[in-house]
Amino acid sequence: MTTPVLSIRNLSVEIPTRQGIVKPVDGVSYDISEGEILGVVGESGAGKSMAGNAVIGLLNAPAHISGGEIWLNGVRIDPLKGEEMRKLRGKEIGMIFQDPLTSLNPLLTVGDQLAETMLTHLPISRKEAAERAVAALEEVGIPGAAERIDSYPHEFSGGMRQRVVIALALCAEPSLVIADEPTTALDVSVQAQIISLLKRLCRERGTAVMLITHDMGVIAEAADRVAVMYAGRLAELGNVRDVLTQPRHPYTHGLMASTPLASEGQKRLHQIPGAMPRLQHMPNGCAFHPRCPKVQKRCSHDPLPPMAEGRAACWSPLLAEAVE
Amino acid sequence: MLAFIIRRVGQSILVLLIVGLVAFSMFRFVGDPIDNMLGQERTIEDVERLRTQLGLDQPFPVQYFKFLEGAVQGNFGVSYRQGRPVAEILMERAPATLELAAVSGLLAIIAGIALGVFTAIRRNGFAAHTIMAASLVGVSLPTFLIGILLIYLFSVELGWLPSFGRGETVSIGDWWTTGFLTQSGIKALILPAITLGLYQMTLIMRLVRSEMLEVLRQDYIRFARARGLRDRVVNFRHALKNTMVPVVTVIGLQLGSIIAFAIITETVFQWPGVGLLFINAIQFVDIPVMAAYLMLISVMFVGINLIVDILYVFIDPRLRVDRKGGH
Repeated sequence: MTTPVLSIRNLSVEIPTRQGIVKPVDGVSYDISEGEILGVVGESGAGKSMAGNAVIGLLNAPAHISGGEIWLNGVRIDPLKGEEMRKLRGKEIGMIFQDPLTSLNPLLTVGDQLAETMLTHLPISRKEAAERAVAALEEVGIPGAAERIDSYPHEFSGGMRQRVVIALALCAEPSLVIADEPTTALDVSVQAQIISLLKRLCRERGTAVMLITHDMGVIAEAADRVAVMYAGRLAELGNVRDVLTQPRHPYTHGLMASTPLASEGQKRLHQIPGAMPRLQHMPNGCAFHPRCPKVQKRCSHDPLPPMAEGRAACWSPLLAEAVE
Repeated sequence: MLAFIIRRVGQSILVLLIVGLVAFSMFRFVGDPIDNMLGQERTIEDVERLRTQLGLDQPFPVQYFKFLEGAVQGNFGVSYRQGRPVAEILMERAPATLELAAVSGLLAIIAGIALGVFTAIRRNGFAAHTIMAASLVGVSLPTFLIGILLIYLFSVELGWLPSFGRGETVSIGDWWTTGFLTQSGIKALILPAITLGLYQMTLIMRLVRSEMLEVLRQDYIRFARARGLRDRVVNFRHALKNTMVPVVTVIGLQLGSIIAFAIITETVFQWPGVGLLFINAIQFVDIPVMAAYLMLISVMFVGINLIVDILYVFIDPRLRVDRKGGH
């Protein structure tokens, strides 16, 4: 078996607060292979972005990695500090942010921003960088790239700016891209274009993608595998078809049932009762048990069963019951 | 762009006309200069003759128009006290003030921006905290007190630097005199320049710091870091440039007030500039000098503001409206 591009083992992130230490990411493990898109889903505050930030080494202090390991192409990167980590960013790990309107520097042309990124990581001349910047814009489908290279971000529409952001994230050819809600701030009509662009570019280059989103539609369209997160923990991990059509974890099931589908004439959307627990008030045992329709006695005190591919962190997974 | 500049120049002229009216009204409403000029022993004839000579017997609108007519040509009348043309006196004094203002302004801008950036980047460091605490002193101590303290320390106790005057000066051209070329001139400049620039420096520093902290929180800074750009590039090329728009505004205003508030520093250090001239003019109700000074300062303020507005356009591409847009 080949080494996965990204391998996270038991990753935990802690934030010391006045009310004590909270764990926005708690013992999460998953792998992403070359050319694979792993969708990471969950509600706001489930820790999915926090895990992404931990991987690229951009946790905002006082948040920090408190346990576990992060391996990139067979090299352990979580102990790396400052300058070593900076050299990986952009070069080995690219990142795409949610809001294209705010993630580009308004005072520099898109060509400048592309060239400076490439010059930082690649041994090329200024002239080459300028040429490759045009090529990068062409690749992400910006019409008239050669003329637009000297344009400022405000001269592009939202969708076009997200294309520029993608070009920036990919311009040094990283082996892993973390896309943190890349379509959330965009018009619905543009979302699909951006997703298919991202998919195509990563397929062509064999880039591994961590696609963080709360949109099940995006997951269904783009992801190969899915990691479902709840309250900082992994709830379920598996192949996208299995997870979406036959969810094992009651939370995933609730999430799926509460996603509107245009094709089905549903009368009312399902709701998961209650809300995700605050990190300061995490329940014992399974974090989902106060909201779970299939809660058992042991759920409120026993530690969760071990997680693995195609499994759910649940004492009464749905599929198992169906089999029984 | 051109339309923008023309509009701004038009507004500037309007401001100057209003200031001109205020300056002119001083002739009418601030005491009677004749009293001061002639002293106790005078005859009615003397008073009337002087009044006619100075044009003070004419109706208000005529006087205002004459004042404006002269002002546009750089003619502000004759000083009541010295009996010489005001323009000539001002020209004589201007180099001293302009040199002092230029040095303090540069000091304030360079040190202010450098310290502001430093305290923003190392915001939790010991040095940054110390500088921030010290800057409170700079903001809260009045200028004259800083001047007096500096004189006490460096002139009286240590005896390193002169406490008053401009030192030896060298003439350049017809009317410009400079203190930059002699050792005593440079020595004499140090204390007044620090006194005048300290407040502006701390103000610029605190502004740069808070703006920079704000910019460092922006998404594009995170994205720049996520692309692995060097810290130096992120801090200076990305963050500082975005900090500059509000900072340039304030720097522009501060440069104006450096010249305007040179009065206090010039008084403390007996610096032979226009500020000291103005203070003396007030003591003797020398209205033509006061009016001319007022006009001079307002021309500078208006001019600096105009330059600042044009600078924005260079810094921020979003303000360049005539570029082609589209998607």
